[in-house]
Amino acid sequence: MNGPTVEVRELVKRYPRSPVDAVAGISFAVEQGELFGLLGPNGAGKTTTVGVLTTRVRPTGGTARVAGVDVLREPVRARSRLAVVPQRSNLDRSLSIRNNLVFHAAYHGVPARERSARADDLLAQFGLADRADSKPDLLSGGQSQRIMIARALMHQPLVLFLDEPTTGLDPAARLFVWDRLRELKERGVTLVLTTHDMHEAATLADRVAIMDHGKLLAIDTPEALVRSLPGAATLELATERREDAAADGLLDALRTLPGVEGLEQVEADGERRRIRLYVTGAAPLLVAPAASALAERGFGLTDVKLGDPSLEDVFIHLTGRALR
Amino acid sequence: MSAVAGVTAASATTQRSAFFAVLRRDLYVTWSELPVFLAQVILQPFFLLFVFGKVLRSLGYTRGGYADLLFPGLLALTAVITSMQTLSFPLVVEFGWTKEIEDRLLAPMRTGLVALEKLVFATLKALIATAVMIPIGILVLGSIPWRWSAMPLFVGVLVLASLLGASIGLVLGTLVTPNRINIVFSLVFTPLLFTGCSQYPWPSLARLRWFQVITAANPITYASEGLRAALVPQVPHIATWISLIVLPTAILALSAVGLRGFYRRALD
Repeated sequence: MNGPTVEVRELVKRYPRSPVDAVAGISFAVEQGELFGLLGPNGAGKTTTVGVLTTRVRPTGGTARVAGVDVLREPVRARSRLAVVPQRSNLDRSLSIRNNLVFHAAYHGVPARERSARADDLLAQFGLADRADSKPDLLSGGQSQRIMIARALMHQPLVLFLDEPTTGLDPAARLFVWDRLRELKERGVTLVLTTHDMHEAATLADRVAIMDHGKLLAIDTPEALVRSLPGAATLELATERREDAAADGLLDALRTLPGVEGLEQVEADGERRRIRLYVTGAAPLLVAPAASALAERGFGLTDVKLGDPSLEDVFIHLTGRALR
Repeated sequence: MSAVAGVTAASATTQRSAFFAVLRRDLYVTWSELPVFLAQVILQPFFLLFVFGKVLRSLGYTRGGYADLLFPGLLALTAVITSMQTLSFPLVVEFGWTKEIEDRLLAPMRTGLVALEKLVFATLKALIATAVMIPIGILVLGSIPWRWSAMPLFVGVLVLASLLGASIGLVLGTLVTPNRINIVFSLVFTPLLFTGCSQYPWPSLARLRWFQVITAANPITYASEGLRAALVPQVPHIATWISLIVLPTAILALSAVGLRGFYRRALD
């Protein structure tokens, strides 16, 4: 197989009766063995993009290839090379956990003896051997997620798509899922995951594509994305208007402070504002001058946060709003 | 459909194997829930048979011979209801709520084959249910009308009745959303079951002309009448050739509508 494992070109999807494109002409490629993250808020078009790649959504335009197969022309062939772990449990409630795995393999033509052996292996690996014969109804979110990943692996897909794999999981379950995903990557499986959790994207993904309103805003390694931000540190100021003085020029006043490379107003809610400064040099030294610049315009400082720039800052920088 | 062009010989084998694996899944689930299945499909026709064929007869409210024309009608009804329920209820829930069908939609076969499997399975289940009705009929009524010479027609109409129920189920199952399941099923199901000539032969409705017209529009009528033609040909019934034309036509039309609905629900 030549070329990238996942390739999307000029992909457009507009749902019937919708005035806007859910996916508005995006292109990207994922190499074999890569762990690729699609990061964006809800409604950014991540799930639709994965839907097209997994043959369940018919695009309005563009092409999509998975493991060398055009998913539009040959959906059947594509399905045997990919696997999907959806956001919400879609386990077969009429079958036991073990049979969920075994029948999935049967759908994909895995020989009977091998089905059994693989199911036992995966159940053990995912810590589910003792639940093998129970039905999926009473499982926790984390357990369902583990079973769905195990099920997806039964036919040994070349590419695994995971839609928000850890949303709603407790921290321990999330770490468990992360570990399994890293193992899969080590074994050479290509992984594409969607997430609105920038920490997840930064920790797991080799490369991250940031999506908003159906468009791709940036695509690179998490480190490179963060490096692209102005400044080396962030200083977030939470302020509240105290006096009826003129607020004009507040942002300009902050922007001209020494060491400030850029800023974003993250939130403006009535009298409260949150402003994030990207700074070079020592951020703590900026707190005092910033406070007096605010005070001159009738604003009081209610909270200060120092930090290293993160993917969240990249998102704010690109879209002008927080990722929530 | 562009998918057709890409289907190679190897992929045909893959698809066949996926199709039968999904069918095996359905048979496995039915087998592991056998008592529930039997209770579900047998209770209603059993009570109809018992009350109309046995109780009313014993009380003298029906004439002799009524049980004989009721029995084929109830077989047709059992076949239609069973396949309709087998297909529609799970489909509404799987598409609208539990999304369980997704794993099968992602199996390496064309989406239409997943729908076809549903039709085949519902038909098989309906045939089993009607087969069970035969000993029950003997038990409740003492004897049932039977003509070995008409077996090909009998089996043929039963298969058509089952397919008819399955295709109605496919239409309902893809059309109805879970929050409307109750209202749609009471508005569609009940009228369908009571205008299908299972409790009365169609020609006898000449005295009730308006109702005869309504029943003629219900394809289940032709299943009931087709089975009467096989088991009790002495009872006046709709000409067999008419039933044998109407039934396949209705099946094709309804499956086409159902299949379109299935694609609409399966793919965005």
